[in-house]
Amino acid sequence: MNFREIADIVIDASRADETEVLAMEQDESLTRFANNCVHQNVTERNVQITVRSVIGSKVGITVSNDIRHDGLRRLAARAHEVARLQPDNPEFRGLPAPQPITPIPAFDAAVAECTPEWRAISAGVICRKAGADSCSAAGSITTSSFSIGVANSKGVFAEHQSTMADASTVIMGKNSSGWAQGSGWCLQSIEPEALADEALTKVRWGIDPVDFEPGDYPVILDPYATADLLEMLAFDGMGALAVQEGRSWMNGRLGQRIMAESVSIIDDALSTDGIPTPFDFEGLPKQVVPVVSTGIAVSPVYDSFTAGREAGKQSTGHATPPSPQGRFGPAPLNLFLRQGTASLESMIQSTKLGLYITRFWYTRTVHPRDAVVTGMTRDGTFVIRNGEISQAIKSMRFTQSYVEALKDAEMIGAQPRLLRSGFGGATSVPPVKLGKFRFTSSTR
Amino acid sequence: MRELTEHALYVAMRDGARYADIRILHRREQVASVKNGNVDGIGDQDSEGFGVRVLVGNSWGFASSAYVNRTEIERVAGLAVKIAKASALVPGEPVNLGEPVRAVGNYTTPIEADPFTISLEQKLDLLFRADAIMRRNAGVQIAESNMLAVRNHKFFANTEGAFIEQTIYESGGGIAATAVNDKEVQIRSYPNSFRYQGTGGWEYVTAADFVGNAERVAEEAVQLLFADVCPSKETTLILGSSQLALQIHESCGHPTELDRVYGTEAAFAGRSFLTTDKRNNFRYGSEIVNLTADSIRATGLGTFGWDDEGIPASSTPLVKNGQFTGYLMSRETAAKLGLLSNGCMRADGWNRIPLIRMTNVSLEAGSWEFNDLVADTDDGILMDTNRSWSIDDMRLNFQFGTEVGYEIKNGKRGRLLKNCTYGGITPDFWNSCDAISNDKHWILWGTPNCGKGEPMQTMGTGHGASPARFRNVKVGVLK
Repeated sequence: MNFREIADIVIDASRADETEVLAMEQDESLTRFANNCVHQNVTERNVQITVRSVIGSKVGITVSNDIRHDGLRRLAARAHEVARLQPDNPEFRGLPAPQPITPIPAFDAAVAECTPEWRAISAGVICRKAGADSCSAAGSITTSSFSIGVANSKGVFAEHQSTMADASTVIMGKNSSGWAQGSGWCLQSIEPEALADEALTKVRWGIDPVDFEPGDYPVILDPYATADLLEMLAFDGMGALAVQEGRSWMNGRLGQRIMAESVSIIDDALSTDGIPTPFDFEGLPKQVVPVVSTGIAVSPVYDSFTAGREAGKQSTGHATPPSPQGRFGPAPLNLFLRQGTASLESMIQSTKLGLYITRFWYTRTVHPRDAVVTGMTRDGTFVIRNGEISQAIKSMRFTQSYVEALKDAEMIGAQPRLLRSGFGGATSVPPVKLGKFRFTSSTR
Repeated sequence: MRELTEHALYVAMRDGARYADIRILHRREQVASVKNGNVDGIGDQDSEGFGVRVLVGNSWGFASSAYVNRTEIERVAGLAVKIAKASALVPGEPVNLGEPVRAVGNYTTPIEADPFTISLEQKLDLLFRADAIMRRNAGVQIAESNMLAVRNHKFFANTEGAFIEQTIYESGGGIAATAVNDKEVQIRSYPNSFRYQGTGGWEYVTAADFVGNAERVAEEAVQLLFADVCPSKETTLILGSSQLALQIHESCGHPTELDRVYGTEAAFAGRSFLTTDKRNNFRYGSEIVNLTADSIRATGLGTFGWDDEGIPASSTPLVKNGQFTGYLMSRETAAKLGLLSNGCMRADGWNRIPLIRMTNVSLEAGSWEFNDLVADTDDGILMDTNRSWSIDDMRLNFQFGTEVGYEIKNGKRGRLLKNCTYGGITPDFWNSCDAISNDKHWILWGTPNCGKGEPMQTMGTGHGASPARFRNVKVGVLK
């Protein structure tokens, strides 16, 4: 059934003042490998229909994967019934009106048609390279196609199709490991041989790691670790709901220079260098939002609900899917850390004593207002002495404000890497050198 | 339903599988949340579909679909076999599933009140009452209350003759007050910071008495803004039951998952320090530490009739008198150790393969009255209710933050402390445990949000604990 038909059935069946239909159809396959063999290989085809039913300022939400005509009508009726039960919410200003949307290409038929054999062969490339070095590879290769449609009774009607390809691997040696990952919307984003080589380099560098004294050190972060900075900052408060509720690191910092001048963080869902999408989950066009510009905190992102709470604000097109569980709030899903000019080599050469980190692991917020995060390093942590990588060390735990860390950004890399993130988005990040990062313990 | 499951298994075997199973599942979920006097979210979610898992030679394949009909089942079963044959391009070790599984039966969670027969009006009334009480405190910036009801109705059948029907009910919810000033955010939650959730009916929610605890929760959130910061030092730590539940989850539950030990989660969830040479040969904790995995305790989020491979619910000691003794296992991983599965394969829905997951992993009660335990502590800190959690990929180095802490001086609970954190190394920590409260203080908590696997799966796990004391723990990482 096409989306137009689904939308018409739901909106026609609805007795609400306003009705919205969100349809997300996904066909995703994932090949997982470990111990140099494919051990899990799965595929899924699913559709999810979400109906928002509005009576005055009351909103009911229902979600189902039943797209039979009767099922869709029941879904509309139930959403109406749920909306009816609650008191008015004066902060809800209604569903958005339509705005022009410009289509963006984000669909690669080669990804959508990718076979399990292709994925297995690609996994096999990584496994064989690892095996040839007496190492063990684990990882996954994902190919998916995704269709989204949003329509409402005020005339919003938007459809978009996209694909996503992602491959990642951790390769383990005797007592060291390395990581590599690549994502994109084209199949050529997956380069298994290059990923294996990158991870194996870290395995070789990482042999016989030693203990290292925790403390404050300059750090050079591979893009995988840099991505965590952006994603945790996004989670901890780049959305307007968090700012309005006073729980964001942006509270009290808007308009101020809070990071190094070299740091600009932009949410750009329209760039084909990312995984683009022309509109958000309520059908409003995506706007390019500078969240941090030359170190100055500029603005969080908005959806129609949070924009409606502030005089003169418009949605920036960053609504997340409506959920009966409550408002997650608007979120930037296509973040870019503007690239600089530095090479990784020059960052290392400029460091007298510091740490070079492949990626962060299990990061969690300790203090949201300052975006203080704890986590571990993983799959390659190295000491730099006098401009050279001198020794691998055991994984370290850090407890660090990510805002403060970017205040001390000294160099931004020239070569970004695109890495998938949540809700079908992706983060584009280069390596960075930060002047100070606080490590609080190490592992065994 | 039998006709559909039998057709899937027939197609799989016809196309070359030597083993196959199918799960057909219908999940219904109802949620409601109230925030600052308004409904923040409310509604129903339904999802129905099936997944077919096949073993061809020594390679696995899995395919799933939301469209439950004979034609789609034929397509998907055939696709699963095709995928398994692709897996064989990068083959692994021979797969031995051990003894055949031929279970036939029904299981339904025992409940007093079906949560789906309780009206949404009644549920909202409970949430609004708790919300109003929290908002009476002018220092509360955000008041939140929520509830959830889940019904999973699932069929399992395999080519060895198993056919199982289960209906698992879950209910839960919670309240939270957030206080904010120009520098920080403080939150107090009840009954837990992760949603309080268990297998059970509406009675599970009402027993928690959200309304009766709302005023205290609001007061404590505001008090935290003015509390002293947790000092940074090495000291005696008493963990409350809910924080200890998460400590068990991260530092005992995950490292005893045998798939992690065998490296199949290395790229995502990580591995484990509890390698197979340590089984029955490693002092995990002090002699009073006894940890058990079970799927039979009432209200546990890991309680069921059979796991998603058709293995019946059971109980397994993981740590006995401090010695590491057992794992959480699947059929395939158990056979590698020459053992039988203890039934820990669980899938998050019809569109995910079963993985080894925690059931109810619990610390057995000790002998101390809680008040005596505090009275017996000269100098220390009592921490409870999780706020942040992090542990390394081998499950050794951990750091937790809690919503609340209390100084203990000369056997008495003293000043309130905020921004409490503690950290350590798993076996060192559990070996420093010198007192565990008795069963009067033992609570079976639910962790509804355990993530594992690719594609990501979210699973509910149970963890029982009573407050316990640990010596020489580093606290106050966040100055």
